[in-house]
Amino acid sequence: MPRYFTSEHEWIDVDGTQGRVGITDYAQGQLGDITYVDVPAVGAVLAQGGSAAVVDSVKAASDIYAPVAGKVTEVNAALADAPDLVNSAAESDGWLWTMELSDPAQLTALMDAAAYAKLLADL
Amino acid sequence: MVPFAGHMMPVQYEGIIAEHMWTRQNAGLFDVSHMGQLLIASPGADQAPAEHALEALLPIDLTTLGLGGQRYSLLLNDQGGILDDLMVTRWPGGFFVVVNGATKTDDIAHIAARLPRDVTLTERNDHGLLALQGPRAAEALASLGLEPAAPGIVTVENLWFMQAGPYRWNGVELHVSRSGYSGEDGYEISVPAAVIAAFADALTAHPAVRPIGLGARDSLRLEAGLPLYGHDLTPEIDPITAGLGFAIARRRRTEGGFPGHAQIMTALTDGPTKRRVGLSVTGRMAAREGAVVMAGDTPIGLVTSGGFAPSLDYPVAMAMVDAAHAVTGTELSIDVRGRSLAAHVVPLPFVPHRYHRKGIA
Repeated sequence: MPRYFTSEHEWIDVDGTQGRVGITDYAQGQLGDITYVDVPAVGAVLAQGGSAAVVDSVKAASDIYAPVAGKVTEVNAALADAPDLVNSAAESDGWLWTMELSDPAQLTALMDAAAYAKLLADL
Repeated sequence: MVPFAGHMMPVQYEGIIAEHMWTRQNAGLFDVSHMGQLLIASPGADQAPAEHALEALLPIDLTTLGLGGQRYSLLLNDQGGILDDLMVTRWPGGFFVVVNGATKTDDIAHIAARLPRDVTLTERNDHGLLALQGPRAAEALASLGLEPAAPGIVTVENLWFMQAGPYRWNGVELHVSRSGYSGEDGYEISVPAAVIAAFADALTAHPAVRPIGLGARDSLRLEAGLPLYGHDLTPEIDPITAGLGFAIARRRRTEGGFPGHAQIMTALTDGPTKRRVGLSVTGRMAAREGAVVMAGDTPIGLVTSGGFAPSLDYPVAMAMVDAAHAVTGTELSIDVRGRSLAAHVVPLPFVPHRYHRKGIA
């Protein structure tokens, strides 16, 4: 299953028109201890690059943007009791939501793992 | 690392929550060398001119402050607005004043312009300042074997809260006060810059001591209900509105002679129109500085500082609200990112202070 990255440090795993979204390990490290995740509502329609979730850490609240457009199909219920899953497993169990992509062609605007690694190296 | 008050300072080492909890349970070491350390003095043994000069600027009663005594006070403008909050300690050769880093340049200009010719202000910028805070601070500092450097000075573990004195460590003179801004027992230690790194290393070598960054310094003082200058306190806020009436000494209330006396007495007599309150926030989303506080559909104030309280495991905030809505238990809400968070007024501090007060075991 291919994984794509955004310059805002989100990732999305894509299987056909289904996507699962989270923030990168780099992003969680920058945010610090995460105390609350405000996930989107199931059924919410997201625009590419639009604010979709808020991750609240001890330092600050940060917007999380939708990597591509689509409709939210599921949210990670485990985050309600354990928001720190995003710290400990940002790129696996700390995923934020799944979505039905409305326009998979938008993925071409995102980065692959190698391009994202280069972006991090240049920061 | 972030720029802060003209210095590069660490936000966190291992993580804000871990550092916060470590300080509450053990001892945290904070580098607060960005703060201003001033000596305000008059020539000779008689510090009466310096005492009078300071009393003309601060609502403090220095006649009841003995040698080595430390007191919290407020630098006021002519309207009674708060220019800074600070600590004053009586030394044998003058008054040692610690001011906030972000305001120190303005403070020095303000104070220096108002001192009589026989009173001098010296910035001790050849000294750094460390804060060692937490229930194991006394044990850790005592382990360094500091020797009292003047007759009649007790050992560091026998100092009371808000008591200070000179000590010697490896032949170097340090100034230690039992105080801080975390709500915990602890010390602030003024150390010559040449040895401060070695002194910090000696402290962190103790198993109870870990270095703590700005992030946990802020969450600790927030839980302790201690106002942060520039956020909870500003020149537009008087001491009564800020809930700092204790800093207006009884003698000074009747005698006056400090800036803004009339305005402050009016606020005391009539009651302020706004008050600084503590808010306990329902849920896990934090309300931060600038968020609007609502009573029903009516905006009644602003959050002045807020965040997640690691010791409590829920968010808290301090806010400046209309006095009518400042009573403990009042149900309010806070607008955060289009959400309305339920909140209610609670007494400050959020987490009880654990100072080593005289008369309390």
